[in-house]
Amino acid sequence: MRQAEGMLLEVEGLTKAYPGVVANSGVSFAVAPGEVHALLGENGAGKSTLVKTVYGLIRPDAGRMRLEGRDYAPASPSEARRAGVAMVFQHFSLFEALGVAENVALGMETPPPMRELSGRIREVSQAYGLPLDPERLVGDLSAGERQRVEIVRCLLQDPKLLIMDEPTSVLTPQEVEILFHTLRKLSAEGTAILYISHKLEEIRALCDAATILRHGKVVATCDPKACTAREMAEMMVGASFAAPARAERPRGAPLVEVRGLSMPSANPFGTPLREVSFSVAAGEILGIGGVAGNGQDELLAALSGEARAAPGAIRFRGADIGGLGPVERRRLGLCAAPEERLGHAAAPDMSLTENALLTGVVREGLATRGFVDWGRTRGFAERIIRAFDVRTPGPGVAARALSGGNLQKFVIGREVLQRPEALVVNQPTWGVDAAAAAAIRQALLDLASGGAAVIVISQDLDELLEIADRFAALNEGRLSAPRPTQGLSLEEIGLMMGGAHGMHEADIAAAHEAEAHAG
Amino acid sequence: MIRLEKRPSPSQGWTAATPLLAVALTMLAGGAMFALLGKDPLAAIRTIFWDPLFGEFAWYFRGQLLVKGGPLILIAIGLSLGFRAGIWNIGAEGQYIMGALAGAGLGLALYPDAGRWVFPLMVAAGAAGGWAWAMIPAILKVRFRTNEILVSLLLVYVAQNLLASAALGWLRNPEGAGFPGSRNLSQWPAAANPELIPGTGMHWGVVAAFLAVIGAHVLLSRHQLGYHIRLAGQAPRAARFAGVSPGRLTVFCMGVSGALAGMAGLFEVTGPAGQISIDFASGYGFTAIIVAFLGRLHPVGILLAGLLMALTYVGGDNAATNLGLPAAAIQAFQGMLLFFLLSVDVLTNYRIRFGRREIA
Repeated sequence: MRQAEGMLLEVEGLTKAYPGVVANSGVSFAVAPGEVHALLGENGAGKSTLVKTVYGLIRPDAGRMRLEGRDYAPASPSEARRAGVAMVFQHFSLFEALGVAENVALGMETPPPMRELSGRIREVSQAYGLPLDPERLVGDLSAGERQRVEIVRCLLQDPKLLIMDEPTSVLTPQEVEILFHTLRKLSAEGTAILYISHKLEEIRALCDAATILRHGKVVATCDPKACTAREMAEMMVGASFAAPARAERPRGAPLVEVRGLSMPSANPFGTPLREVSFSVAAGEILGIGGVAGNGQDELLAALSGEARAAPGAIRFRGADIGGLGPVERRRLGLCAAPEERLGHAAAPDMSLTENALLTGVVREGLATRGFVDWGRTRGFAERIIRAFDVRTPGPGVAARALSGGNLQKFVIGREVLQRPEALVVNQPTWGVDAAAAAAIRQALLDLASGGAAVIVISQDLDELLEIADRFAALNEGRLSAPRPTQGLSLEEIGLMMGGAHGMHEADIAAAHEAEAHAG
Repeated sequence: MIRLEKRPSPSQGWTAATPLLAVALTMLAGGAMFALLGKDPLAAIRTIFWDPLFGEFAWYFRGQLLVKGGPLILIAIGLSLGFRAGIWNIGAEGQYIMGALAGAGLGLALYPDAGRWVFPLMVAAGAAGGWAWAMIPAILKVRFRTNEILVSLLLVYVAQNLLASAALGWLRNPEGAGFPGSRNLSQWPAAANPELIPGTGMHWGVVAAFLAVIGAHVLLSRHQLGYHIRLAGQAPRAARFAGVSPGRLTVFCMGVSGALAGMAGLFEVTGPAGQISIDFASGYGFTAIIVAFLGRLHPVGILLAGLLMALTYVGGDNAATNLGLPAAAIQAFQGMLLFFLLSVDVLTNYRIRFGRREIA
């Protein structure tokens, strides 16, 4: 442990317990001024609890913090902000119906007059290469631009410490570049950054130091620039695990063909699909990337049968299935696993057995003349639990009692064990720990090896590049032409995803220049 | 400080215990209300809950339990299916009236035929009348996304006016010397719904109620349709993902609850009530909503809740005559029961924690 001298933030022995789980146990670390410090760990390792404690949202059970050498125990976020700590959350807290400047004003205790504030926003956003028009409605902004609003809101407070929780999960690669330029400039000016992520390459590119958490405890510290991503991953997980293996697969005839699929969204704030076309062959994995909210849910609904498509828009084995519902599509062999686990893929208050029935009834023959064979259904649930290592006392447990990762394994396992001929999954490993994510990806690869067509919709580019044969991106409801993943550069992927939203080449150049000055 | 903490899964124990706790709290608050009205609370509660079962005139009251409980259970079973699926049929009272009108209307059209098929035909017509009345809000909801709560409720008032016009006009007894009300169906053997076992209050409507309890239990626990009903109520999006059509489910649930309410009306008009009269509608359709929730929307629970509610009716009448309690006090007492049930319901999903702990 580095010692106190000249540290900005020192955390000592921080402990926070919740009923049934110790979120943080004796956590100690320190951040120097201007340092970009990574907090690294799997889901549930305690990163969020830790930063929320620093930001005054959570009071620790034990331990103490010092900021600039003085005792620091914020009772509320506003106290933390006054002390110079700012935080950008993973989920934005912006009002869509208000403008950028109005949103910023809402987050301030004593906002200056609107005109002055707009000027300040413009000034700060330009200085840090984050172009932002203070007059625009937040509802019209992309996810990346909304994040800029949050960052600018923090920068207006002149923070000494900026906390960022998984900031890149909503960004295209180009937008990530811009964000990193900004963060490096801030760091060069002396602002320390506490950066939470589980994306190891990002941390290697950006951070000066890393504290690795596992099960609420600090298990290691390292210099990310001197470590490999694999070493850090193993410290995070506490064991080595096999990366998914790709077997050479024979490519069959096109199984799922989508031609000119246009469809309004069922959700008033959703994105309509516009002229989406692609085809997936037996034995192939098509990866569909894109920033969240660009039509992913709608595409899954169109393929699963929850939304009906125009005649001829969706074909399965050459037959038009656009007008068929989910049950008929499952009977034909097209299964799906939506992103939202609780409430969409599974009913929260129902047992795992009942949830196994939800999609398994047709292909597993769990009902005869409408009467459910609960014995067989329980057997199916137990098979899923066994095959996918779902950690649960048994199939009688309510779905909502499972952790997100375990429920995700159950949901994916339920579809994979039905031996579908084609499978569509949305965000298959979202919120799942690294070992379980590897297992899920392996199951998808095995399914494809067995001759199934697999469509993986995901916001995790690394995941798509790892398992997909071809890649396409959704951007504002349009799908780019799929391209083979081999040899595809991050730059090209970023352009397929829509590049940097609301930015022009000149802005990017300006951002580079700003960094050059700062550097 | 008292805090509510969400349970990881609903408590089985509290699911069973909350109705009992609600009954106990109702007795306390009801007792207080009776005391404020200047009556001895213990005597009032004994008159309502004890005398009808074990008192001097229990031989009469016990039969009344099934007479009152039968229609409540039959209607509540139908409503519970919809409530489980998140479809809110509040207009069972109207469907009950329309079933009685349709069934009695058919029967009176056949008068004085003595065939054995008259009564079954009337039952079918009763079910059809209630079903058709429930189809109005169902189809409006599916087609035009109207709110079934409002439409079904407002149709109750339409049905009540139809009832009045039938009793005064088109179904009036031609031999009734101008008095309002139809011929007495219970005195016409082909159409009567008599007491099957003397002294028990058991009539065909009670038989139908018991069959409905069994049928609903099998449907909900064994059949895929029952599973879809539960799924649609708990997680509508998951239900659509499972392939449930919300429109078809609405039509099914509204149809079943309407048909059962209509049958209840027919059994009532041919049995205990005997004829179509202006005051035929006695609020069973509304009280059945309380019964459905008091029974936790579970068929067996509804059976017990229906009997309990019948007891408050019978005992309430008893208290009104013997102690001079106003009828409104009895209704307030029944309302308290639903109020307490819904408020202690929170314990199924939350546990209460005492003491200070900072909020995460």
